Amino acid sequence: MDKNLKKRSVAEKKFRFYGLLSVLIALSLLAILFISIIHEGTTAFIETKIKINADFDEKIILNSGRKNIETIQKADFNKITKKSLSNMFPSVSGRSNTKDLYSLVSSSTPFQLKKMVLKDPNLIGKKIDVWVLADDDIDMIVKGNSKRDIPEENRRVKNFKLSLLEKLEKDKRVDTFFNNTLFTKGDSRDPEQAGILGALLGSFFALIITLALAFPLGITTAIYLEKFAAKSNRFIEFIEVNINNLAAVPSIIFGLLGLSIFLNFFGMPRSIPVVGGLVLAVMTLPTIIIASRVAIKSVPPSIEEAALGLGASKTQAVLHHVVPNAMPGMLTGTIIGMARALGESAPLLMIGMVAFIVDIPEGFTDPATALPIQIYLWSDTPERGFVEKTAAGIIVLLVFLMIMNALAIYFRKKLEKKN
Amino acid sequence: MTYINLVILVLLLSTCTYYMGLKKSLVFANDKRKTSHSLPAHHATLCLMWAIIPSILIILIWSSVEEKIILSSIISNIPELSNLRSSYDLLTSDIINSSLNSEIYKSANPVVQEASNKFLSMQESSRKLLYIIIISVIGIGTGINYKRISPTLKARTKVETITKYLLLASSTIAILVTIGIILSVIFEANRFFTTVPITEFLFGTHWSPQIPIREDQVGSSGAFGTVPLFAGTFLIALIAMVIAGPIGLMSAIYLSEYASKNIRDIVKPLLEILAGIPTVVYGFFAALIVAPLLRDFGNNFGIDIASESALAAGLVMGIMIIPFVSSISDDVITAVPQNLKDGSLGCGATRSETIKRVVLPAALPGIIGGLLLAISRAIGETMIVVMAAGMSANLTANPFEAVTTVTVQIVVLLIGDQEFDSPKTLAAFALGLVLFVVTLILNYIALHIVKKYREQYE
Repeated sequence: MDKNLKKRSVAEKKFRFYGLLSVLIALSLLAILFISIIHEGTTAFIETKIKINADFDEKIILNSGRKNIETIQKADFNKITKKSLSNMFPSVSGRSNTKDLYSLVSSSTPFQLKKMVLKDPNLIGKKIDVWVLADDDIDMIVKGNSKRDIPEENRRVKNFKLSLLEKLEKDKRVDTFFNNTLFTKGDSRDPEQAGILGALLGSFFALIITLALAFPLGITTAIYLEKFAAKSNRFIEFIEVNINNLAAVPSIIFGLLGLSIFLNFFGMPRSIPVVGGLVLAVMTLPTIIIASRVAIKSVPPSIEEAALGLGASKTQAVLHHVVPNAMPGMLTGTIIGMARALGESAPLLMIGMVAFIVDIPEGFTDPATALPIQIYLWSDTPERGFVEKTAAGIIVLLVFLMIMNALAIYFRKKLEKKN
Repeated sequence: MTYINLVILVLLLSTCTYYMGLKKSLVFANDKRKTSHSLPAHHATLCLMWAIIPSILIILIWSSVEEKIILSSIISNIPELSNLRSSYDLLTSDIINSSLNSEIYKSANPVVQEASNKFLSMQESSRKLLYIIIISVIGIGTGINYKRISPTLKARTKVETITKYLLLASSTIAILVTIGIILSVIFEANRFFTTVPITEFLFGTHWSPQIPIREDQVGSSGAFGTVPLFAGTFLIALIAMVIAGPIGLMSAIYLSEYASKNIRDIVKPLLEILAGIPTVVYGFFAALIVAPLLRDFGNNFGIDIASESALAAGLVMGIMIIPFVSSISDDVITAVPQNLKDGSLGCGATRSETIKRVVLPAALPGIIGGLLLAISRAIGETMIVVMAAGMSANLTANPFEAVTTVTVQIVVLLIGDQEFDSPKTLAAFALGLVLFVVTLILNYIALHIVKKYREQYE
């Protein structure tokens, strides 16, 4: 008897331990996910710059032309960059060594110098110190993402280039700054010049379309189904079955819908936020409808009955009393739906929003990508510099999602207080 | 002459009609001797609705058919055009491109140039016509309604009826979307099955959809046997369920039966976070963190693990699915009536015995329903597998090798420019059809089981 009891008590403890263990495993997986992303991504928020002594040589810029904007536009700033670097390291010679020297700085340097001269033509003929972006390989070394002490053949930055960098570091010409590029630029082939602004705006425009369509359609559908539709009507039942099914359809299927209906049938252009927004709207509609119906159901019937008793029509009772009371709940559902739409990428792949787009979109019909798609594109690129960019993009995406969810929780709390 | 200007014009004009209606009805509304059926706002809204609804409908219909009608009339009027390009689509895109940017797109062919000029002028006149129609529609509508405004007009009833129909119309959108999905997928898939027999598609074991550019290219016929894709999909889904099933279920049991309320209040939202993380984040985690880790781990033990192994994708997908399993299991476990548990505990069973012998058997249908829903999620999941699983079809049950899935192939086939008449593109729709049907069946069964289970205890 005692023996049996002991066995049972051990079994009880074991079972309980397994339960606790699985909770801990789930939580630690969550923790690992976040820690590894933050670990990969934080370095992307700083960027390495090199202070070069820019030599705005009059001969190269003007090239015996007149000193006007046209000449400066046409001037060879590549040569200026190279000359400035050679001036700083006069001892470097030989083809491969000079190539190493020139690739210390980002390929955006000539454009930066040109911009400076266009802004202030008096710089021509002068020599000034300018902070320019470092090349992504150098950036990785400075930030410690690539190690210096591994064997040379495993390193992208060879010994000679490293010695140049060390010389610059000794002269205090290398420093790290907050990464403005990340938040002010579009995509680029060079990791150091790539930013998420284009993708963010693409997501923003698409979500505006989604909100403008899904919110009114979603809540009106919910109002109709909850308050006006006959309860035992075949047609209404059919609508409800459809909504529930749509909520469970894989998101990629909505991409196929967008591709064949919006692009193929209606002939809309590819890669534009309008189509992305349409597809996401169709996708989030069920979420919003279901949440709004729950919100309407939770309004106490006494409110509507009181309105009806005072002589309001059904429409007035619903629109003036039930809907305003259900609004916080509907907004919560909408925000959650929009958060899902923001993180969604599979349907957007189908409608061509996965493209290399450098220009920052200015409107609803400019080609654009979305933030999750940008993350996908970057994760697919082999350069080490893009790994941290990917993680940084994820961090930005998660921050936006957190803000949206915090908003949703705020509305929910407000609703709870009221009831 | 864009549509946006037109919409703004419609909005402006309708606001005017609203205020006209308001002004006229206010006259008798302020008259104390007469009783009016409706409020001034109702009369005004009725005018507004009669102005705005027909004009928006006209604009929508006009904008969807305008281009097609103009193009077909141009092409039938200029016979030289049809000799130019074999495909109608190419021809129309030629015309549209050269009319959109005549500067950049200087079409070499004068016939196309002529057609594009004609296109522009016809578009211009069509827009003018549309403006006239819209303005006259609003004018006539307002005129009739304005004249009818009187204390006896039942404006409120009319407004409410229209509102109700508008609400009904918006709730039919869900049906339209479903029909759209079904039609688009079935239509394109049907075209695919005219070139590739359905039996070969479903039972063939070789998948290589690359269609060569030239007819005589080596290996010219693409093979569309989907068995390797289904095998890969199920392998990854299976790994995911092996991870998510036990962890999710045991967490749900622990949280609902053992944990104190405080712990539950903290842990449950934390688990829900896992469900809210975008799938592209999981994809990154799988492809750039878990997969290299697994590969190094395998190297240490002399196991060859591919860097795009099914294991990495499945593991991470499992993490994603944990909250689905746990929240559904939690629901069904808490739905088990307390008197069943009390009876068992009262007979002297320990808690774990109660759970294992009473709660779980009672909750089993619900749990199975939840697991089926989770499986359907796993099958339809795209980003994780696109980023972490392989691209080439591989018929294997070895989780260390790279396999591909249905969703990966849909993405691979459809990314980039595609023509809608090549079997390669259409194959994606056929795959989409299969995916849609399979997830629909799984969801239907799962929801049915869960619903029946709920009814049992209510």
